[in-house]
Parts: sequence; C-alpha cells; structure tokens
Amino acid sequence: MIRVQYFARYREALGLDGEQLSDTQALATLDDLRQHLLARGGVWQVLAEQNLMCARNQELCSLAEPLEEGDEVAFFPTVTGG
Amino acid sequence: MSIRVQIEPFDPGVEVNALHAANVGVGAVVSFVGYVRDFNAGREVGGMFLEHFPGMTEKSLAKIALEAEQRWPLLNLQVIHRIGRLEPGEPIVFVGTTSAHREAAFEACAFVMDYLKTRAPFWKKEDTAEGACWVEGRQSDQNAAERWHKP
Repeated sequence: MIRVQYFARYREALGLDGEQLSDTQALATLDDLRQHLLARGGVWQVLAEQNLMCARNQELCSLAEPLEEGDEVAFFPTVTGG
Repeated sequence: MSIRVQIEPFDPGVEVNALHAANVGVGAVVSFVGYVRDFNAGREVGGMFLEHFPGMTEKSLAKIALEAEQRWPLLNLQVIHRIGRLEPGEPIVFVGTTSAHREAAFEACAFVMDYLKTRAPFWKKEDTAEGACWVEGRQSDQNAAERWHKP
C-alpha cells in the first residue's frame, strides 16, 4: 500500500487530493509510480511535466528515489512560497 | 530556532524587536519580509490564496533553519510563513536572524529565503481579472538557491 498526495495545480487538474494504491510491489522507484499513474491517460499527463517535484515521506527527493511499502508520496508543481 | 506556519497576520516590527529583546548579546538583527503585491507578471492582483503541505511544510522549514544554524554562527533564527487567504499589502513571510556580527545574520537570512522559495511546499494562487491563477516557479529563484550549494 502506497499513499499518494497531489497538491496545487496538479490537485485541481486531477480533481483529486490523494489516494491509496495497493498492488504496488512492482513499483521500485517514484518514477515507476509516476509512469503507472501516467498510464491512466487523460488528465494524468500533467504528471509528465519536466518541472514536477516530488516527496517521499515528506522529504523532497528525486524521481530515482526507491519506493517502499507503506510510503507516503507526494507530487506537486514547482513551489512558489515566500 | 522558531518556525511558525499560520493563517493570522503578524507585525514585522514586533518580531524584529522581540529578536533583539530576547538576548542583549545580539549585535546584529537581519530581517526579510515578503509582502503580497497588487501587481505581478503584468496583471493586477486582487489577493491570493497560499496552499501548503501540512506536516511537510514545518519539517522542510525546520530543516532549512537547521542547515543555516550549522553554516553560520547565529544566536537565533525565526521563520514565519502565512497560509490561506492574503490581501495585497499583507506580509506573507518573515525571516529574522540574529548574530554577534552582521555577516552571519545577512548571509543566513538570504540563504533561508533562497532555500524556502525553492524547497518549502507552498503554492500561491493569485486572483486576477482573468480569474484565479497559479503562480509558476521562476528560474531566477532556482539560480539564487544554487549559489549556496556546497561543492
């Protein structure tokens, strides 16, 4: 089981702020998870953006980050605080 | 170190004075205050909404502040960042650093802002005449953060 959250413009484009995914054993990295979501087509293409940012267990990371059972993952556009 | 993520407005003058009042060993206080402008990217802005990632926001700010404390001899460091609805002219963010001498406070304050802008999970959505519009990240902010990267 992996928990995935979406923020800001991605949350609006997907009409979803998060979801639980089961059967995720085949997904070794965050990029595998992203490809899995992109395969849904349509609005999910927003996750193909080059400046996409991601976090694993609330720490910024790269898409090469390994994914483990029970992880909390987040995908979001470039941050714009401050 | 103090990190506050809050809906409520704050008074930057009060925060600056409190940083000095807390310790008479402080020789330098440097502060940065970011405000909501009424104009951005060629459009009038009637206000904004600041979304964030509860939990990760506080952790990421604490991590940035800790790195600043490790890199410069600071006496104190305070970060305040607002969330939710903000009107033009209101303060968004406050970074205050204190040290015995000015150089550490100046550099640490700039470092915290540059890292906050590129690493803390906040997103601005501005109200414009064409409707609400997400602010996009700027390359100049990425460049500003990169100057602090260690070789």
